[in-house]
Amino acid sequence: MELLSNNIVLLALTFGVYYGARQLQKWTGWVVLNPILVTIAVLIVFLKLTGISYDTYQEGGHYIDFWLKPAIVALGVPLYQHLGQIRRQFVPIIVSQLVGCLVGLVSVVLIARWMGASREVIISLAPKSVTTPIAMEVCSAAGGIPSLTAAIVVCVGLLGAVFGFKMLEVWHVRNPYSQGLGLGAASHAVGTSRAMEKGDTYGAYASLGLILNGVLTALLTPYVLRLMGVA
Amino acid sequence: MIRQCFIIFGCLAIGELIVWLTGISIPSSIIGMLLLAALLQMKLIRLDWVKGISEFLIGNLGFFFVPPGVALMLYFDIIQAELLPIVVATVISTILVLMATGWTHQLLKNKADNKKKNYGTAEQ
Repeated sequence: MELLSNNIVLLALTFGVYYGARQLQKWTGWVVLNPILVTIAVLIVFLKLTGISYDTYQEGGHYIDFWLKPAIVALGVPLYQHLGQIRRQFVPIIVSQLVGCLVGLVSVVLIARWMGASREVIISLAPKSVTTPIAMEVCSAAGGIPSLTAAIVVCVGLLGAVFGFKMLEVWHVRNPYSQGLGLGAASHAVGTSRAMEKGDTYGAYASLGLILNGVLTALLTPYVLRLMGVA
Repeated sequence: MIRQCFIIFGCLAIGELIVWLTGISIPSSIIGMLLLAALLQMKLIRLDWVKGISEFLIGNLGFFFVPPGVALMLYFDIIQAELLPIVVATVISTILVLMATGWTHQLLKNKADNKKKNYGTAEQ
């Protein structure tokens, strides 16, 4: 048991499970078998079965999520590559992001409150659409539970990555720009990584959605929560 | 490789510095991203200086979310107690964000494109 809770062993396991999950998706072609989702599920089952705590896992795990911040900085590259195109349609982009951001904040608070969620949970849900580092900061500033937010953020990302393109098709949102923006705005970096798989243009607009909704959510959440009487 | 890491972490460090100095509520990583795009645009950094590492980081973006996702196991009790509100609010709101953003953008973009087309014919 002691060997299993070794940092390096847990890291190797994480890489191995992810690799296996990716092969499984390639082999079956099922979108639902998202490798991130499968890896998280397998690791939780493994930790529960062996009785290893999350804190022990995270001693190795933080070497992985350490790369989240530099990876978000790296999104500056596709942003730069599409700057010209973005400038040409500045108004549609800014307006749609603002609408998306407000719709997300207001709807999640209204529904959660209506269904009887506690104040902490409502606050933790509010920044769910944006990337983890932003969402956690927004959440803790407003008095929620940051790591609950982190976990929900990942679930939201998976939801967008797995079903996003299909939902957009159903709603007749067909052009790559609008699809990318929507996916990035609704499901941050996980949605963006899915959009990158589909193509460069999708990816660039998704990173734009991720950035703009992130910034707008960081700026607006405190006021929206106050206006709605939550914080 | 060292230069690539220096640029990425340098942008991130400046982001951290700005957050520390101003107490602004925007994460350092977002400031670093905007800074990197600006430096590329101003030609202070060449694209091939950061291309390799950024392709690697962006290509594996999803993987970096695994540990925060595993943290879900810590909140099984809260999630269980408020499962329905959490799931319903999250799912519906996520669909709404996706639709609201995608749909608004498509609508405004089509309008803008049509306007341009009309100008084009008028000029001819």
